Amino acid sequence: MVKKISKIPFSGTPEQEAQLNAVIASYKDDPSQLMTVMQKAQSIYGYLPFEVQVMIADGMDIPLEKVYGVSTFYAQFALSPAGKHPISVCLGTACYVKGAQAVFEHLQELLGIGPGECTPDGVFSLEACRCIGACGLAPVMMIGDEVYGNLKPDMLAGILEKYKKMEGIA
Amino acid sequence: MALVNLKINNVPVQVEAGSTILEAARTLQIEIPTLCYLKEINEIGACRICMVEVKGARSLVTACVFPVAEGMEVFTNTERVRNARKRTLELILSTHNKDCLACVRSGNCELQALCKEFGVDDTDYYKGANPDFYFDDSAAHMVRDNSKCILCRRCVAACDQQCISVIGANARGFDTHISSAFDKDLNDVSCISCGQCIVNCPTGAIVEKDETAPVLRALNDPEVFTVVHTAPSIRVTLGEAFGMHIGTNVQGKMVAALRRLGFDKVFDTDFGADLTIMEEANELIERVQNGGVLPMITSCSPGWVKYCEHYYPDLLAHLSSCKSPQQMQGAIIKSYYAEKMGLDPKKIFVVGIMPCTAKKFENKRDHQHANGPDIPDVDVSLTTRELARLIDTAGIYFKNLPDEEYDNPLADGTGAAVIFGATGGVMEAALRTAVERISGQKLEHLDFEAVRGTQGIKEATYPVEGFGDVKVCVASGTKNAKSVMDKLRAGNPDGWHFIEIMGCPGGCVNGGGQPVQHAVVRNFRDLKAERAKSLYAADKDLPVRKSHESPAMKMIYEEFLGEPGSHKAHELLHTKYEGRPKYKA
Repeated sequence: MVKKISKIPFSGTPEQEAQLNAVIASYKDDPSQLMTVMQKAQSIYGYLPFEVQVMIADGMDIPLEKVYGVSTFYAQFALSPAGKHPISVCLGTACYVKGAQAVFEHLQELLGIGPGECTPDGVFSLEACRCIGACGLAPVMMIGDEVYGNLKPDMLAGILEKYKKMEGIA
Repeated sequence: MALVNLKINNVPVQVEAGSTILEAARTLQIEIPTLCYLKEINEIGACRICMVEVKGARSLVTACVFPVAEGMEVFTNTERVRNARKRTLELILSTHNKDCLACVRSGNCELQALCKEFGVDDTDYYKGANPDFYFDDSAAHMVRDNSKCILCRRCVAACDQQCISVIGANARGFDTHISSAFDKDLNDVSCISCGQCIVNCPTGAIVEKDETAPVLRALNDPEVFTVVHTAPSIRVTLGEAFGMHIGTNVQGKMVAALRRLGFDKVFDTDFGADLTIMEEANELIERVQNGGVLPMITSCSPGWVKYCEHYYPDLLAHLSSCKSPQQMQGAIIKSYYAEKMGLDPKKIFVVGIMPCTAKKFENKRDHQHANGPDIPDVDVSLTTRELARLIDTAGIYFKNLPDEEYDNPLADGTGAAVIFGATGGVMEAALRTAVERISGQKLEHLDFEAVRGTQGIKEATYPVEGFGDVKVCVASGTKNAKSVMDKLRAGNPDGWHFIEIMGCPGGCVNGGGQPVQHAVVRNFRDLKAERAKSLYAADKDLPVRKSHESPAMKMIYEEFLGEPGSHKAHELLHTKYEGRPKYKA
């Protein structure tokens, strides 16, 4: 799966930038530490958008394309931020045979985003995951720490509504 | 030097320790096919075409990176090897756009040649899913079509070799594709348009942006006066496109072919090169005498200029304000020549035949329209390859053409101009003029040997009467330009006065617009040295070898420009530069 590049405007703070610059300063003479810097950058920003990768590339004197190549090669790096309420739909075997694919697809329709993406308002992000250990409730999804089981596509709008109300966007 | 004994196809051979099987086989005149391998810059053993059998080895090995060992027995042509290669080709074809009939590289495609060689008779054998292919025609000079990409990464290696690295392999597994950071268009990153990726691509995945159509239109339009001029290096490379030996000088046949294509006038960009020397030497002397910015750096190579604009915008004041020979020639054709012949410059269509893809970017730049905003100095810039295609399409049997002469008056280039096509050539040409002008004494020995040759960086010091020691530096390939520019940023510790930089390794003879030679040739022959040798031979044979002694130069300055650096010369022959960002957000 090719990673989706977030279209959400970058909203880094000066504090985050100072933290990243400190990380870069301590590794900038060793290009083999690129992944370490990227991991630390992701823990500061939550993901690795264009602006952050440019800071890393310029700071480490490594071409931006090389940084981007690493960020798209390893599953651990995200190019989209996680939403305030991250949704993971289980596509493990048990959930899959109980119709998780339809749930996943309907969520994409409702949210207007694809897997690995975040809604433009930053409220929801969507990803697939493998077994979360609740096969008895299949198909299941998690929103934040909350588990929802025995899902059918027509239940999803109602569940999302709850979070939208919470965020005052319903 | 330790030697190793081994047998290849039962023939004993002795080679240096550390050689690869590929190199050892070569000494026995055995060619092992390769796709991804580029000597020294792409030794990644990825494509698996060069697989050979080694007695006792667990599996087939990649000859391009596998080192030889004492007593090794290698077999390069067994049934197992042939089957493996055929299967690899079938797998490559499973995601390859087999739109071969009209592909620009058809007939000159390394993949196609191998498929024929290994008898790949079912190109759909592994037909299956295809990734989403990316097509990028955003840049002025080239087109990238990932549907024809085989992921050999030769373009990436070429781009890294230039220290540009704007393309690379992104994502992983089935989704792996070559693109720029954040999958941006090439036009939105700091690609310098050098085209080194194009000449290194084995297939049609990267090609120059073809501009032959507007040229053919102009040639067919009786209202349009078509003028073509050919860069110094084209005469020693065009022949390769017609199967002639590397370095063959085909100047006469090229002129004949251009006339048969229907151009009204065929001029020599050597005229523009001599003019560049007149202006550039004058600019250097002025900078030296008036405390201008030194060292001065040449500006003939548009790939280098774009590199400087993206990567060293703080040092742009070092660049000579002179336009390149291509643009000077165009500006003079549409002013002096138009006036002389009573032609409307708007009706003149100027085509430059260039060794270079960056020239396609250059002729569309700002400040390259000396004769009016709608009158570009050069209308279309074609590469050597595009010219070869025009000649082919026209059914001209190139090899059998007679030798013809360029048209006057914008011809009669000097030896100084002809060597512009090789690294060190512009420096040598400028020195022949500048040294004489500064010292006021006639230069007897014209060969500045120290700045010749294909080394990436060359330095020399020449004592000049009336000035002292002139310190010069010559760099080719932007990787070497980078180390020179880093020294300038650090305050020019070597005290250089004048620097020549060309964007491509070896200069224009190895430009991104030159005929494509397969890796099997590139890996074992020094194209840039062989082509450059012919240019220096041409220089030696010319009656006039200094730009300022050229009758054509005397004529243009007497009749039209006045003197080098005059107001008119500045309006027509000089330009401006702008800092450019590394990437557009």
